[in-house]
Amino acid sequence: MSAENDPAQRVAIGISFGNSYSSIGFTTGEGKAEVIANEDGDRQIPSILSYIEGEELHGGQAKSQFVRNAKNTVAYFRDFLGKEFKAIDASPCHESAHPIEKDSTIAFKVKDTAEDKVNEVTVSEITTRHLKRLRNSATYYLGKEVNSAVITVPTNFSDVQKEALNKAAKEAGIEVLQFINEPVAAVLAYDARPEAKLADKIIVVADLGGTRSDVAVVASRGGIYTILAALHDYEVTGLKLDQVLIDYFAKEFLKKHKSAGDPREDARGLAKLKLECESVKKALSIGTSANFSVESLVGGIDYTATINRTRYDLLGGKLFSAFSRLVLHAVEKAQLDPLDVTEVILAGGNAHTPKVASTITNAFPETTTVLAPSTTPTAINPSELPVRGAAIQASLIQEFELGDIEQSTHPMVTVTPHLSHAVGVLCISGDESTGVFHAIVDAETPLPVRRTAIIATPREGGDVLIKLAEGARHIKITKPEPKPKKEKAEDDEDDDDSDDDDSEEDEEEIREKTWKINNVLSEAAIRGVKKGGKVEVQINIGADLGVNAIYREVGGKGGVRGIIAGGKAANGSA
Amino acid sequence: MASVQINLPLPVLPAGWTAEKDFKPIGHLSHATDRNIEPVGPHFLAHARRKRHKRTFSEDDRIQAQANVKKIEDDDEGEISEPEDPLMLQREAKDWKGQDHYAVLGITRYRWRATEDQIKRAHRKKVLKHHPDKKAAKGGTEDDQFFKCIQKATEVLLDPVKRRQFDSVDEAADVEPPSKSETKKGNFYKLWGKVFEAEGRFSNKQPVPKLGNEKSSQEDVENFYNFWYNFDSWRTFEYLDEDVPDDNENRDQKRHVERKNQNARRKKKTEDTARLRKLVDDCLALDERIKIFRQQANAQKNKRRLEKEAEQKRLAEEAAMAKEEEAKLQAEKEAAEKAERAEGKKAKEAAKNAAKKNKRVIRGAAKDANYFHGAGDAPAAQIDSALNDVDAIIAKLDNEEIAAITAKLNGAKGTDAIKQVFQDEVKRLIGAGKLKDGELKSLS
Ligand SMILES: Nc1ncnc2c1ncn2[C@@H]1O[C@H](COP(=O)(O)OP(=O)(O)OP(=O)(O)O)[C@@H](O)[C@H]1O
Ligand SMILES: [Mg+2]
Repeated sequence: MSAENDPAQRVAIGISFGNSYSSIGFTTGEGKAEVIANEDGDRQIPSILSYIEGEELHGGQAKSQFVRNAKNTVAYFRDFLGKEFKAIDASPCHESAHPIEKDSTIAFKVKDTAEDKVNEVTVSEITTRHLKRLRNSATYYLGKEVNSAVITVPTNFSDVQKEALNKAAKEAGIEVLQFINEPVAAVLAYDARPEAKLADKIIVVADLGGTRSDVAVVASRGGIYTILAALHDYEVTGLKLDQVLIDYFAKEFLKKHKSAGDPREDARGLAKLKLECESVKKALSIGTSANFSVESLVGGIDYTATINRTRYDLLGGKLFSAFSRLVLHAVEKAQLDPLDVTEVILAGGNAHTPKVASTITNAFPETTTVLAPSTTPTAINPSELPVRGAAIQASLIQEFELGDIEQSTHPMVTVTPHLSHAVGVLCISGDESTGVFHAIVDAETPLPVRRTAIIATPREGGDVLIKLAEGARHIKITKPEPKPKKEKAEDDEDDDDSDDDDSEEDEEEIREKTWKINNVLSEAAIRGVKKGGKVEVQINIGADLGVNAIYREVGGKGGVRGIIAGGKAANGSA
Repeated sequence: MASVQINLPLPVLPAGWTAEKDFKPIGHLSHATDRNIEPVGPHFLAHARRKRHKRTFSEDDRIQAQANVKKIEDDDEGEISEPEDPLMLQREAKDWKGQDHYAVLGITRYRWRATEDQIKRAHRKKVLKHHPDKKAAKGGTEDDQFFKCIQKATEVLLDPVKRRQFDSVDEAADVEPPSKSETKKGNFYKLWGKVFEAEGRFSNKQPVPKLGNEKSSQEDVENFYNFWYNFDSWRTFEYLDEDVPDDNENRDQKRHVERKNQNARRKKKTEDTARLRKLVDDCLALDERIKIFRQQANAQKNKRRLEKEAEQKRLAEEAAMAKEEEAKLQAEKEAAEKAERAEGKKAKEAAKNAAKKNKRVIRGAAKDANYFHGAGDAPAAQIDSALNDVDAIIAKLDNEEIAAITAKLNGAKGTDAIKQVFQDEVKRLIGAGKLKDGELKSLS
């Protein structure tokens, strides 16, 4: 308890707590995030507990109990925290301990003691035990008693759920400094890299996890993050991808051993299939083929087989494209176009799968960078993104009093007016129909903001006009010119590749990002700019939407200053 | 943040541009959107410091702050759920073809309009409610029939091809065309609009033009009917196929059923095309706008005809008038010419008479001047040459000169004076080169 009051005594880590896997991380003295391996050497620690003869197994060891001790193995429980029984999706727990309703919360029936007695262990208690094990692993690794953490949660984790998690963590001896959103943790993990440059971006974080997939569209403006839209899906999941492989290998098995029976209909056979198929899936992320090998799959038959990546890509095709549609829907929900997206951060364990990355890459224009192991060699391990972000945030705030953190994360501080349109200047011509708009401050930038631009002048210098305007992003669509039909008769050689003609026919339209002038804000003049000179424009926009602009020739004397009144003030800034 | 580098040049200042201190405010920024920024990362810390600096927030402020924030999550609970028909809950999964997939998922108010997202969320809600493990946990049976119905409904509705097959035969989404009497009550646009909105779901071409209302332009109305008479439909009927036997033994039977299915589909498709055509015919027949447009067109045509006629009449009248005018002018001209001619003849006559008279005077004057002989009777030769000379002079003179000399002669008294007049005249004529010196004998 004393640690709670004394930031100096804190040893803080970052925790990512997923339904499928959890990770722990810390930030080194040099400010570098590191992911901690537990005693088993795992950095992705299955969020699973299993009880056998009074012993508690955790992580990978607990996961292997799916085969022999499924009833006393608790898995996929995070999302049940703080929820009523009628609101949970129990399907991932089908092959392990089932959730039940208990005193308006959720519990699992397990023999968790040495006695032969089934106890109802609440999801809160299970969470506490799981977090305790994580805390112990971190303590063991760091050689210091870990007592606080930043924990990542999905963006749709409710306040009630956070409160439940907070309580469970406290029971485990962990003071939660802050809950942070998983996608934002992923963005922070990238931005905290020393080579990262501060730039305004639209980032889509697409997370394909074990029991769910989550997409968030994030505006990153001067290092400040705003979630513009979020979507969640519980059908496009890692478990479903595993299922695709389970069905494949079960059928292959049945072809060979017709009389042996379907391994999917045998509880142990199915558990073995599941574990092996997940390994096969992971192996296919690195290799172009993988071996499947299970001893005594069903009816005492050992079964081995191989699968190549292309086969898996085909089998999972529907799920991959459903994931890509989900991602595009999120962009649409944010009222943006794929062309607005600067980068897509692929997160969640299944982001290791090359086909996931290539499907997403194809769904976005070339101007969008897709950050995944198979598309960007320098990408961060997608399984580690949230924990790294959490570890960095933990190091940033561990010195603050809890009250201070609470104050700073309160809506009073976080609710901020955001620009609805980009603000920029007209180049080449001051005429609104011929001038070219260039943004200086992007839309969705939180206020107040200050931005500076250095702008070229006409070849001979002279007097220049600086016309400040609001620009609305517009997607220009150009249909390809219908190509004149080839004259076949004269061109015999072309006849054989007739499918080539087809591709020409549905040639794609060209989509470009352009600007429309929405609203002219002001005009200013800088006189006598010398040949080859440049003009610096500094724009300050207040929370009341007032604009204070300063214009001067770079290296010149004097300058022009102008004020545009705030019009109608933004909400809440009394 | 590094500064933005803009390589396109600024515009040249327009000639004559002026402003006080070279700055001219013109507009204001559009409204801002209140959003929650994420309290994460080093830059947020700086923001929080600035915002909290020396400020205490009142309780009111705190409550207010979140009030207007733009939402990013959809609340699943928020959507009204449809009551579940107890009969439906008892369905068997194997009869999935007969189930109303939208009803199973509780989204009958959307049907073909339901987005992928809505279907997914509806599915999730049903899963949460009907998962067999939950029923088992509650001490119920492990009956998972309805759960399987839910899975089947989702499978169909999330597969674009299967969904179209189902939507094609989803009669619950059909909107029956209104009867004639219903339309008469002035609900034409509302009732038929719904019919076409529902039919529009089968269109390959989107968006589908709307029926519109009494204010629609003729162009829009024409486009509407053109669209529907050339309707490009994706509607298919394989959902109603008879099951094809699965066993390999009975290949002939299989082929027979397949052929039967093909024919049935084709027939239904043809019927559907005819049905739609009739629907459009019926609507068109009742569409007041068409009548109005026709009337307007007729009126327009009549108007044009009348205008044309009036114009022709006007032109004819104008032409007649012009002709009359011309004739009148011609007549006047002729009369004038005639008058002139008459006038000229008289004048000539008069001039001739005058000249005759004058010539008489001139000759008389020569006689009065005693044929320029001085005193005493002039010899005949002298008379002759004097009269010859006078005639020679007269021959050289025109009427006016004759009149002039006549006038002078009338004023001259005495032979000398008369002679002098003649001599002067001769001199003038010689000066003018009309007479040669010495040509005249008596007057030199
Ligand atoms: N190298 C890999 N290649 C392919 N898939 C992988 C790999 N590593 C992990 N996965 C898959 O990623 C999923 C787990 O993702 P993640 O670690 O993000 O889980 P999580 O956040 O706990 O998931 P959730 O909360 O959605 O259940 C599993 O389906 C797992 O099989
Ligand atoms: Mg996750």
